[in-house]
Amino acid sequence: MRQLRKLAVAVLLSFLAAVASTGHGKASDTSLEATISALASAKLKDRGNHIEALAATGDAQVVPFLEALAAGDVYFKKSDKTVFITRKAEGGLQLLDPLSLEEGEVVGSRSLKKVKVNNKLRRLVRGAVAGLTVQSHDAGTRLEAANALYKSQDLEALPLLKAAVAAETDETVKDAQERAIAAITLKNVKASEAERLEALGKFKAQGDQEALALVSSFLPQAKTAAESEAAALAIQSIEKSLAMWDAVENVWYGLSLGSVLLLAAIGLAITFGVMGVINMAHGEMVMLGAYTTFVVQEVIRKSFPGFFEFSLLFALPLAFLVAGGVGLAMERGIIRFLYGRPLETLLATWGVSLILQQAVRTIFGPTNKEVGNPDWMSGAFEIGGLALTANRLWILVFALVVFVVLLMVLKRTHFGLQMRAVTQNRRMAASMGIRTPWVDARTFALGSGIAGMAGVALSQISNVSPNLGQTYIIDSFMVVVFGGVGNLWGTLVGAMTLGVANKFLEPYAGAVLAKILVLVFIILFIQKKPRGLFALKGRAVDL
Amino acid sequence: MISRYLFQALDKRAFWVAVALMVFAVLVPLLNLVVPDGHPLHVPDYLVGLLGKYLCYAMLALALDLVWGYCGILSLGHGAFFALGGYAMGMYLMRQIGDRGVYANPVLPDFMVFLNWEKLPWFWYGFDQFWFAMVMVVVVPAVLAFVLGWLAFRSRVTGVYLSIITQAMTYALLLAFFRNDMGFGGNNGLTDFKDILGFSLQSSGTRAVLFALSALALAGTLVLCSLIVRSKLGKVMIAVRDAESRTRFLGYRVEHVKLFAFVLSAMIAGLAGALYVPQVGIINPGEFAPANSIDVVIWTAVGGRGTLIGPIIGAFLVSGGKSYFTAAFPDLWLFALGGLFVIVTLFMPKGVIGLLGQLKGLASKMPRKNADKPLPAKPEAAE
Repeated sequence: MRQLRKLAVAVLLSFLAAVASTGHGKASDTSLEATISALASAKLKDRGNHIEALAATGDAQVVPFLEALAAGDVYFKKSDKTVFITRKAEGGLQLLDPLSLEEGEVVGSRSLKKVKVNNKLRRLVRGAVAGLTVQSHDAGTRLEAANALYKSQDLEALPLLKAAVAAETDETVKDAQERAIAAITLKNVKASEAERLEALGKFKAQGDQEALALVSSFLPQAKTAAESEAAALAIQSIEKSLAMWDAVENVWYGLSLGSVLLLAAIGLAITFGVMGVINMAHGEMVMLGAYTTFVVQEVIRKSFPGFFEFSLLFALPLAFLVAGGVGLAMERGIIRFLYGRPLETLLATWGVSLILQQAVRTIFGPTNKEVGNPDWMSGAFEIGGLALTANRLWILVFALVVFVVLLMVLKRTHFGLQMRAVTQNRRMAASMGIRTPWVDARTFALGSGIAGMAGVALSQISNVSPNLGQTYIIDSFMVVVFGGVGNLWGTLVGAMTLGVANKFLEPYAGAVLAKILVLVFIILFIQKKPRGLFALKGRAVDL
Repeated sequence: MISRYLFQALDKRAFWVAVALMVFAVLVPLLNLVVPDGHPLHVPDYLVGLLGKYLCYAMLALALDLVWGYCGILSLGHGAFFALGGYAMGMYLMRQIGDRGVYANPVLPDFMVFLNWEKLPWFWYGFDQFWFAMVMVVVVPAVLAFVLGWLAFRSRVTGVYLSIITQAMTYALLLAFFRNDMGFGGNNGLTDFKDILGFSLQSSGTRAVLFALSALALAGTLVLCSLIVRSKLGKVMIAVRDAESRTRFLGYRVEHVKLFAFVLSAMIAGLAGALYVPQVGIINPGEFAPANSIDVVIWTAVGGRGTLIGPIIGAFLVSGGKSYFTAAFPDLWLFALGGLFVIVTLFMPKGVIGLLGQLKGLASKMPRKNADKPLPAKPEAAE
């Protein structure tokens, strides 16, 4: 009973398939099958006609069969002369239907006979395949075919390609086909000088690594002076454009690293500026922000899976509150008792950082936590020769937004005014009636909160582990030392300079050595400017 | 004669600690080697090694106290000088292995053979000579301290800035020594040492001698530092710590004083590292980790900075606590250490030594003034 039903379904399906394929106005399966079996039984010299007949149908369905034929994978059964594509399998050969590619039985090679082809036929097959795919109805297939020809530079496909270009409507496919034509033309001994010059122009415009390789290999084969001159020029121009994109890429990576440093260092810079203390637990505030993101995502995954796309938007204010709250508690509980003793503050905050690290390790475990990227944070797009990943772009934007907002807070709000007053002259500010302890507390909370938001951003590009903060803390110290305190622009310039410098040094010196060089550079730099790039002027700095 | 002179010149407490260390240097090896196993007074081998390690830590803490406690320079990179001294010693010990390594190369250490190095890099020349290695143990840290200190003090980088720069220095060295290309064994560092001056490092006799040497070196440096801080130079150092600008206006070359203290301190740290390596049998880039250097600061702070003997006590207390905690409650150690940082800075600005003084002062005041505030006293605001 069950077998009967299976049979019925199979019959129905094959009927539908037949209807579908005829419906597209292609050659019907039956006529293709007839040609294929005729090909198998024909003599070697007659097989060419059948291949051409298959190619003439213009049906991409025969492509796998033709490719298998050229590779010598087509057999027919000795018993009933049915033709199959075969694949090596255990205990013999796996039979595949030549058109539908449905897997059939596995048979011993004894019962089969190979459909032989010679080189002439192979060439014929290759041309037929290229023609079929180049003129396929599907734009994706056409693009693939053009790219394959660009790589193989098959001379015989040239006329086909030229025909295809004329008929092509899709811009990307057309571009790929033109590139393929140019590549083949450079190889073609018979091509005219004008054609070759045009091809060289095409590569010059393309300006990537592949074009460079093609033109370089063409240069020794250039026939006329004009050709070799054009080739040399093309190489020069391509190298120039490559070097430019390389530099642009380095700048981009540098800015990306700089934006991360900016986020990590900006909170540090304002607390250092206002209070004159270095918060060694600043990195742990970043870590707390990252773990807040993790917790928010866990809650959203469990309870409101639909909101996952917005998880970072929920995490940002929460991270600010969590890290800011811890910062406030630190300031009120420890740091305010240590005023005027910056070195002791440094030690006490280091102690807090150890406690926070171990606390997170105890609660969440020592392993990395998985923080997901929402869709709008993942993916990449290209500008010229530059691939930009969405998460890094967003972080750069976010860092700049944080920077501008903070700048506005400092310049336009009452609290900012008080902060600047305390930074410049604590005693005078106190005499003017500013409650400096409260300014300190709020500054510390603000700095820590920004670190927490930096943690949300970092969770998107970095491992979330209890050591997350330690990774960036020394670099952010360097940003503060380099940029100077009391001026946010110094932090911005410092972070971006260090980021870009790091990435420019990396190709020459390696990542580790680049970092060492930057550290040495900073140590030397503070010889010239002991208070950083944008130091406060006047007596105010001598706290 | 000399002991009487020392007794007069030294702080009394430092004198007695130095004497105690010398007794220690004789007693512990004796109890380890002569007293039979199983006897209640027998000191087992592992304890000799452990105490020897602590002695080296104590020396490092003493070195830090000289700059932090007396000159006000909080170095967060003293571990780097310690590790450099250790590497110099390690290079000597590596060359002593000779052809007994895995690859049996008479000149090249194993890791160089492994990395396909053709010949010994130039900076390894001379390290087969003990005297040369011993000179390097103090010279390399001294040169680094001199260059960094000269650059920093000349441009008047002080306070938190200086601390961060020293931390960056040790961090840069950490990264550098992790590189295989540097020729210092990369990640794994230098290890598998066989013998020192022909004595096997595995024998308990050699280890006992190394212990005694560490104790004597600590006693010696303690005496040296004590003499320095009680001299006129020491008074200027304290003046620099308490009021740098005023000292400068009085006509002292503050940079020179600081540089002297910094370089001497680095040399002591290097020596401590050199004694440390043969006792633990390995030196690797981990010793450069910034966290290690900050640990040294807490030893000094716990014991009491600016007291010279405080750091010795602190190093023993904290390292001993670490050995106990990491074995008994591994999860709690970082809580304890972090808490220690906070509590010491908040409530014990003068450390354990200061605490004794605080208690004494409290006891003498009690009868006269009932309403006296209990500990902790509010930390004074002036730095």
